[in-house]
Amino acid sequence: MDGSGKGFMLMDVRQEKIKKEYQIYVKRKMPKSNLIRDCIMAFFIGGLICTIGQFINNVAKTFFQLNIEEASAFTSIILIFLGALLTGMGVYDDIGKYGGAGSVVPITGFANSIVSPAMEFKREGYVFGVGAKLFSIAGPVLIYGISTSVLVGLIYFFIK
Amino acid sequence: MSNRIGGQTIKLENPPCILSRATIVGKKEGEGPLGEFFDVVLKDDYFGEKSWEKAECRMFQEAAMLAITKAGKQVQDINYLFGGDLLNQIITANYAARNLGIPFFGLYGACSTLTESMSLGAITISGRYADLVLCATSSHFCTAERQFRYPLEMGAQRSPTAQWTVTGAGAFLLSNDDKPPYITYITTGKLIDYGITDANNMGAAMAPAAAAAIKAHFEDTQQGPDAYDLIVTGDLGSFGRDLAIDLLKKEGYDIADRFIDCGCEIFSDDQDVHAGASGCACSAVVFGAHILKNMEEGKYKRILLLSTGALLSTTSVQQGESIPSIAHAVVIDMNRG
Repeated sequence: MDGSGKGFMLMDVRQEKIKKEYQIYVKRKMPKSNLIRDCIMAFFIGGLICTIGQFINNVAKTFFQLNIEEASAFTSIILIFLGALLTGMGVYDDIGKYGGAGSVVPITGFANSIVSPAMEFKREGYVFGVGAKLFSIAGPVLIYGISTSVLVGLIYFFIK
Repeated sequence: MSNRIGGQTIKLENPPCILSRATIVGKKEGEGPLGEFFDVVLKDDYFGEKSWEKAECRMFQEAAMLAITKAGKQVQDINYLFGGDLLNQIITANYAARNLGIPFFGLYGACSTLTESMSLGAITISGRYADLVLCATSSHFCTAERQFRYPLEMGAQRSPTAQWTVTGAGAFLLSNDDKPPYITYITTGKLIDYGITDANNMGAAMAPAAAAAIKAHFEDTQQGPDAYDLIVTGDLGSFGRDLAIDLLKKEGYDIADRFIDCGCEIFSDDQDVHAGASGCACSAVVFGAHILKNMEEGKYKRILLLSTGALLSTTSVQQGESIPSIAHAVVIDMNRG
């Protein structure tokens, strides 16, 4: 399998040139995502989710008399629950369609990335379905998130 | 004497006819502009089954049975079933063939399966190795999404060039009867790869294959676009369709005035499918329900039908390989000769 044509396939120079020209042509003509609109939508949807989080946080602090750490945990739990619930109700993917990164980055997006494969792969059983596929999307986020935090921790340790 | 003309084309000595056909589609497809023409429209994605895979299999099977009964035939009258689908190891076609009990050739041509199966079926009948051949194919949005992309409820954005896999199945019964429409020519495509690696841009990957097959057909038969009332591709989508027109224009063929793509026909713009539809069922249900009906009503006399397939896998995409594509052409003619 060598799509680049540099391997054993007989491709003359002219063919290579046609391919290159085509790729450039496709790239130029391709319908693009509306970056500005997407950014604005991500800003507002992401902002809305964070505002809801802040509201929950304030409620936790003023009404339940929780300290900062407890209030943060309280907020995370509620937001994760809401993300999972909206995913189960089939709403979160519609929010994601408009929100883009705005609904992916907050913790609700993380809940969505775990619950959506869990729902979908239940049919393959609880071990090789749900169990194995649960982190198929969130897994890379965890790996690189934790790796980065270790790295940052090390840097902090040495420059402290 | 061989009936081959040119490098890639066969002129069928005994052109088989399309005796009957059946189309089944999902709910979204039923809500589209062609909704009223399909034989069966599903109420939901599950079709009363426990999984989407089973639902797809049932669509395949029921489309096959419907095509057989519409022609007044029995399952045991059918000599061969040529069929395939998009799923790994073509499980839909395999399980359906298990239940149907017809001698079976399983095909994988991705979305080119319709014309691939019709080509092989037509050759088999023309060569007098069969009287009745069933050609069937299916795809399902949910089974394709989970195999090729993300879980359905995952909140990811789709790119503007992404296409929507059609939920549906189409079956066509070919026979040696003398009843229009006929399959008169076959042009078998070569694998074409112009180095497109973006799996969300399959229209761009497949457009060169479609253009190459159309060009080969014109050259082999020494006919131009004028010989056809309509040239139909399977699932290039709106972007791929424009690319195919441009590529053929460079070769000196202007097909724009008689060229449609099934992927641009089945959904309306407000159904949010981005660049259009795709999937094995796309060309099958649009051709079966819409185009053949127009041919019978006399709107078109002779058409060139190409199903287009992007032959990628999740492994090849992840390893950064480009997407080889193919298109097979068949000529559907209301006249036999």
